[in-house]
Amino acid sequence: MAVAEELRPTSDALLKSKAQRRPANLGQFVRWGLLFAGGILMVMPIAYMISTSLKWPHEIYNLKLIPDEPTIENYTYVLEDGRFFWWFVNSLVIATVTTVSNVLFDSLVGYTLCKFRFPGRYIVFIAILSTLMIPTEMLVIPWYLMSQQFGWLDTYWGIMFPGLMTAFGTFLMKQFFETVPDDFIEAARIDGLNELQIWWTVAMPLVKPALAALAIFVFLGNWTAFIWPLIVTNSVEMYTLPVGLSSFGDEADVAWELIMTGAAISTLPTLVVFLIFQRFIIRGVVMAGLKG
Amino acid sequence: MRLYRDLTIRQKQIVWAWAFLAIPIVFYTVIRFYPTGNAILISFQDWNLLGARTWTGLDNYTTLVSDPVFWQVFRNTFVYLLLGTPVSLVISFVIAYHLDKTRFMHGFLRMLYFLPFMTSAVAMAWVWRWFYQPVPIGLFNNALASVGIPQISFLNSTTNALPAILAPAVWAGLGFQIIIFMAGLRAIPRSYYEAARIDGVSTWAVLWEITLPLLKPTIVFIVVFSSIGFLRIFDHVFNMTTNNPGGPLNSTKPLVLMIYQTAFSSFDMGYAAAQTVVLFLVLLAVSLLQLRILRDR
Repeated sequence: MAVAEELRPTSDALLKSKAQRRPANLGQFVRWGLLFAGGILMVMPIAYMISTSLKWPHEIYNLKLIPDEPTIENYTYVLEDGRFFWWFVNSLVIATVTTVSNVLFDSLVGYTLCKFRFPGRYIVFIAILSTLMIPTEMLVIPWYLMSQQFGWLDTYWGIMFPGLMTAFGTFLMKQFFETVPDDFIEAARIDGLNELQIWWTVAMPLVKPALAALAIFVFLGNWTAFIWPLIVTNSVEMYTLPVGLSSFGDEADVAWELIMTGAAISTLPTLVVFLIFQRFIIRGVVMAGLKG
Repeated sequence: MRLYRDLTIRQKQIVWAWAFLAIPIVFYTVIRFYPTGNAILISFQDWNLLGARTWTGLDNYTTLVSDPVFWQVFRNTFVYLLLGTPVSLVISFVIAYHLDKTRFMHGFLRMLYFLPFMTSAVAMAWVWRWFYQPVPIGLFNNALASVGIPQISFLNSTTNALPAILAPAVWAGLGFQIIIFMAGLRAIPRSYYEAARIDGVSTWAVLWEITLPLLKPTIVFIVVFSSIGFLRIFDHVFNMTTNNPGGPLNSTKPLVLMIYQTAFSSFDMGYAAAQTVVLFLVLLAVSLLQLRILRDR
């Protein structure tokens, strides 16, 4: 696991001893106050989004964070028309399938490149790694042509296919499989497991934290993905949440309470998941960030 | 099956390895390498998606170089980069540095700063767009009006619109950078600090002589990561200027938005492909340059 994780106790212990030696002085108090104020400022846009989504139209122009007469009218209005429901389902399906595919394939490739010795291994690794340098935007035109040719436009497959595997995930998993001792794999081989079984039942359970980190990144990335779904979809019922929200915002014009409701619907799921698994997600992000 | 059984252990491994890699190799070839080649190929052609593809040599590139909009867009893209990267780097470092020294409600504060990273760019672009509206709608101008400061035109001004669009992009990325910085700070061995304390080194000297030099790998990572993000900015610009994408007067248009419009509004695929090749080269050059500068020193 990350170096940072191992050092955490030391640094915490030091902070503690320091705090005991030197009780809160003015400097520390000011520091805490400023950090707190900054933190509140950081979440203000989110707070105003939620607050406005609970306001009546005549109330949206005042600066109050707590609505005078809170209402869920905006939510019933937005959800009643059904489009947001479909966009939500589309986003959920696409993000889930892409996440499962990445977790399986990226780890399989990462494992193979890490634990097998075979001719061509280095070339395959460099080839996959080199795709990190190619920006998605360079590929959208050829992807669009492919989709048009094979009839993938406006389908789930069309939205998903570019992201089914990522070089980032492969590299991340390769790094983590380095921590799995070769002895474990040898032992499993002697026990008569075949290579597929070894990967799935021996190696995979040992890198669960990394798999979770990868899953978080891929899910969030696909949940919020915009440019490719915008290009590949053209019927309203195939939109994902970001694409739908973008078109809805244009259509709602100045009905900001409705736009904020739509924004809240597309943001709250990830925020709620984050608040539940906070420590875990932050650790995962650090792992993915530092190793990837 | 008998054939497989006759193989040596090493040969079996080779068979398994290629079996595991078969589907991914097809994927990377068809979905990554072939399209890359195709994009470069199309950049030398004239094609409006319906008619025939005709070979035009370097025409798309010469058109691009003599297109004033392209240079405006090119400038904008670098303004996003040169403004966004240092600003977010400094803010996130300052916050991480102090947060690292704070123990009281540490987890809660960290959560507040990280929360924006979990939002969707499109949703937040619309929230900020609302903030920027003139009175009586926009939050910022309402707040200014309530304390008697004159109105600021944000998204309708050719000078203010770009920083106004950049702000939410910086805001959303801070949480990630702070977390990475804190991990970097924690990885610095405590013995260095203790030695400095015994020698009576000042806080500033510790920061400049110990903390920052040892954080260099973290800084390199954050600079490269955020630069690539700002060079590819699209979601925020598109959603905050949907009535006139990249406006007013192209003053906020980044390269990716120009690519999108050329390809999917004007259907000038060859010209758009040439722009994507330029984007690719810019990203490559900027990452290599930064890795070089920051690694060597």
